[in-house]
Amino acid sequence: MSDLDIRTTAATDTAVRLDDVAKVFGQGTGAVRALDGVTLDVPEGQFTCLIGASGCGKSTLLNLVAGLDAASRGAIDVGGRRVALMFQESALFPWLTASGNVELALRTNGSSRRAARSRAADLLDLVHLGGLGGKRPHELSGGMRQRVALARALAQDAHVLLMDEPFGALDAMTRDLLHDELERIWSRERLTVLFVTHNVREAVRLGDRVVLLSSRPGRVVGTFDVDGERPRRIDSPEVARMAATITDRLREEVARHG
Amino acid sequence: MADGTATAADTHDARLSAQFAGLDALESDTSTRRKWLSRTWAAAWPKLIAIAIVLAVWQVVVWSGWRDPWVLPGPFTALAQLRDFLGEGTFWQAVGITMSRAVLGFAIAIVIGTVLGALVAQVKPLRAAIGSLLAGLLTMPSIAWLPLAILLFKLSESAILFVIVIGAAPSIAGGLVNGIDYIQPIMLRAGRVLGLRGWPLYRSVILPASLPSYVSGLKQGWAFAWRGLMAGELMVIIANRPSIGVQLNQQQEYNDAAGMLAMMIVILLIGIAVDSAFGTVDRTIQRRWGVAKS
Repeated sequence: MSDLDIRTTAATDTAVRLDDVAKVFGQGTGAVRALDGVTLDVPEGQFTCLIGASGCGKSTLLNLVAGLDAASRGAIDVGGRRVALMFQESALFPWLTASGNVELALRTNGSSRRAARSRAADLLDLVHLGGLGGKRPHELSGGMRQRVALARALAQDAHVLLMDEPFGALDAMTRDLLHDELERIWSRERLTVLFVTHNVREAVRLGDRVVLLSSRPGRVVGTFDVDGERPRRIDSPEVARMAATITDRLREEVARHG
Repeated sequence: MADGTATAADTHDARLSAQFAGLDALESDTSTRRKWLSRTWAAAWPKLIAIAIVLAVWQVVVWSGWRDPWVLPGPFTALAQLRDFLGEGTFWQAVGITMSRAVLGFAIAIVIGTVLGALVAQVKPLRAAIGSLLAGLLTMPSIAWLPLAILLFKLSESAILFVIVIGAAPSIAGGLVNGIDYIQPIMLRAGRVLGLRGWPLYRSVILPASLPSYVSGLKQGWAFAWRGLMAGELMVIIANRPSIGVQLNQQQEYNDAAGMLAMMIVILLIGIAVDSAFGTVDRTIQRRWGVAKS
């Protein structure tokens, strides 16, 4: 029960805070303003989906939060939390086995070889890949690879999980199962998730909140709180209705660029 | 947490687990690799046919009477000579000396080439200065270095090693530089996301990712090293060091055409053997990484 108490109190904390963040690529007349004045608070434990048309700087935003790139203006605060990032491609290292990929993340964070091996096996079990640790990435299907990538991200012992269209390249059936999987792991591990997607229904299926970004430059133009009991079904009428509302808003936004 | 919800969550988990198991089974590659014997045979038969064709053409040329048989003996004469060599101590001594030079020279080339390649790949000003020089060095025939090598090192082991190293090191360096240049950016990002920086990033991501190209560099470097070594041994004759090159020289002087051809077959075979060893390493990497199916 003490765990639950911690969660209730911690729920008021902000895991990721973006304050008036701008990112400009290049200089002078050729400069591209990818993000402009993005202000966003992600409460701890929340599943936030970022949605927007092309050029809304979603990936740029995740890179900034992950610390792979520096903002041109504004402040990003993760309160010293560990941050993991998952890509659309699994980006697994082909010279390592599935288990080896997970172990590398563990060993980079200071685990001993032996501890890393057993923890990697546990993590692969968690993503329903128990016993497949010895497989090479190319021997696994796209969905299996993304689950290994998820296990690798979890191996970083991060509190914040950033996901850049992680299921964008997968078929609908696989994606559907992975939604269930991600939701299960998110609630079990009490992660804060920032999930970027093009797919409005996916955002409504997964998110506690959907944040709509404008394009060129990316700005927050709307937030939608999603209610409804979990696990939701992506083909449920509630999800469809909410998705329709957000899609309409997204279309208005896109139309401004015509 | 109430028991009811826990059970519901558990059944949900179990169902998900079963669904994943089914999907994974459907999407898994069920093809298995062919047996070792059949793979070896598949790789060997084209080579055997190639050898047969070469021997046949050679024999036909001999039969045509284009040159006298003591100038150009037939394949079977040369092969019989080769069989006799295999029973001679001098032959094995010569092969031993040549191979020890090859191993030592190639090892030095690997060290120099790797260090040079890593520096050129990482240090921008060095790349501008040395990068194109390396490419230029690749076009330089190793035999053209020999006169300089003899001037610098006299007729010594060092002169031969010099030619091997200067022939092989640029290829090895070039392979590493290429490998590092063409690492997929996503691999580097993935490494940095895991928290790898500096040497750990180098060791865990950059070096392994550049391995295929590095192995190609080694393979090419070996070809240059072997050519350089043969050129060196033909021109730099050291007393009491009966290398393959020395044997070849002597056979030419004594008009021992069959011996010469037999020795050339030995040179060819050694070259091919080492080259295919690198080829095997190369294919193993590609298979493991899923770059090529076999």
